[in-house]
Amino acid sequence: MFQHRTGLIKAFFRQWQIQSMVIPGIIWMVIFCYLPMLWLIIAFMDYSIAKPMLESPFVGLKHFEDFVTDDRFWRSIRNTLGMSSIKLVLGFPIPILFALLLNEIRNMRFKRTVQTISYLPHFIAWTIFGGITLNWLGEGGVVNQLMMALGFQEREILFNSDPKYFWWITYFSDTLKETGWSAIIYIAAIAGIDPGLYEAAELDGANRWQRMWHITIQSIRPTIAILFILAVSGILGSNFDQIFMLKNNMNMKMAESLDLYIYNMGLVSGRHSFSTAVLFVRSIVALGLLFLANYTSKKLTGDSIF
Amino acid sequence: MEKRRRLRRIGAFEIGNTLLMLAVCFITLYPMWFVFVNSLNSPQQAMLGTVNWFPKELSLDSYSVVFNDKSLMNGFYITTMRTVIGTAVHVLFTAIVAYGMSKTNLIGRKLYLKIALITMLFSGGLIPTFILMTKLGLYDNFLVFIIPAMYTFFNMVIFMSFYRTIPDSLEESAKVDGASDYGVLFRIVLPNSMAVIATISLFSAVYHWNDYYQGVLYIRSQDQLPLQTMLYKIIAENSMSLIQQQAMAQFGARLPGNSIKFASMMVATLPILAFYPFIQRYLIKGVMIGAIKG
Repeated sequence: MFQHRTGLIKAFFRQWQIQSMVIPGIIWMVIFCYLPMLWLIIAFMDYSIAKPMLESPFVGLKHFEDFVTDDRFWRSIRNTLGMSSIKLVLGFPIPILFALLLNEIRNMRFKRTVQTISYLPHFIAWTIFGGITLNWLGEGGVVNQLMMALGFQEREILFNSDPKYFWWITYFSDTLKETGWSAIIYIAAIAGIDPGLYEAAELDGANRWQRMWHITIQSIRPTIAILFILAVSGILGSNFDQIFMLKNNMNMKMAESLDLYIYNMGLVSGRHSFSTAVLFVRSIVALGLLFLANYTSKKLTGDSIF
Repeated sequence: MEKRRRLRRIGAFEIGNTLLMLAVCFITLYPMWFVFVNSLNSPQQAMLGTVNWFPKELSLDSYSVVFNDKSLMNGFYITTMRTVIGTAVHVLFTAIVAYGMSKTNLIGRKLYLKIALITMLFSGGLIPTFILMTKLGLYDNFLVFIIPAMYTFFNMVIFMSFYRTIPDSLEESAKVDGASDYGVLFRIVLPNSMAVIATISLFSAVYHWNDYYQGVLYIRSQDQLPLQTMLYKIIAENSMSLIQQQAMAQFGARLPGNSIKFASMMVATLPILAFYPFIQRYLIKGVMIGAIKG
């Protein structure tokens, strides 16, 4: 045993070169990933940033009790679930639909051009895209002009100042920005389908819709399943870059997602311990959802995410 | 058979579908075109916000304000530095760690991989990270853009899976010639990994160029703000003060904020738009590697 251990130490030093490649990475992870995890302990303290952590008094579950009785916390849960649900129900099928229809284009040059153009907005910063959204929804903006020209509304509406539009604004702007990008994975899955299947179906007299349903959709079903499960497990998250850009004091009632609530409470109001308590619960629930998603995926498709 | 296929090609579905795809292209491109047109419009036209296909009165006034604005140009400089340095450091660091990790004879490899994997599943989150950055002296420090973005698990996995495709015989023959592990990495492995290096560099560069949130969180001094954070403040918080003052001084009241907004948005996006046609296939490649792994 002892000899084995010294042998191991010797072997370790003999490979100091590859060890010295990995260890800085491990140190980085310890500092930037594990230390913050350790710092979650301030959720149980009355922490003040000016003092060393251990000098702060332990207060048990006080902050947890505080936030579950905070109406604003439940409002942020409602907003997060609301925005996520709209994105999930109405947003999830759109890239699939786009990939299916793009696949029907026969002219390869046109197809590739459409695809290239479709994922361009993904690479434009949310500052820019949000800026355009705000401009279009504002007074005299493109949306108001269009709606008035088409006769849908008589007067200008300040869409972004009215909370009731906010969820829909996040949904539409996200769809506009990300559809092409999200479709890539489906397009690749469709490209991998054996063309022989289509030829056989055509000989059997299957029409376009039958081929689309029985071959294309059936073949990419595992991809759809995994992405759907991942999307469900991410339901507590929100697109922070987007919401942070589009929120304002007037629409905060509907715009404050859980992540924004944590930001506002922790960094705007300076309630570090309180916010960390919310974060703590959020992280655990998110982890649980991820494991649940992984388990479901394994059961359903035999594929697991990790 | 040949005839049937040709007939099918011009059916109602094909026409409708083609039109739909053209509509998608239009909806996708129009927002950027809108910004472009209004940034070139004379300020009065830009203020009206009317839908134009082309600039009504061509004017470069807004651009001249943007390019003469010292703080915006400083933001441009910070963003450029951050993108160049941040990307180089990220790619180099991740590539080296991944190479060590990819060695199956690495002692402690299982433990290392576990440590790395857990960071994917659980994280401290915003507040603890913020406190940590402050304690590390990274608050209001340019390095806050570089060091926390040095490594990602995802990119390490991409590097590792790419290294696996490099034939072992290449490395072994270099080893026989007396090369050290670092020698093999820098002289054999990395030169053969240019495709994956290009892909990861591009993703990292796009992240650094587009990110505004780190600047909002950690930067207080005006002269350390990246361009996107400035844009955030101009657009979302409407804090035009500095630029507006400068514009007022230069053009009097006849230059309203909108056209400057559009011009600065254009300046901030131009590098992405200019490189996009050349880099987009690398970006696709990156997603595909990631998708297979994920």
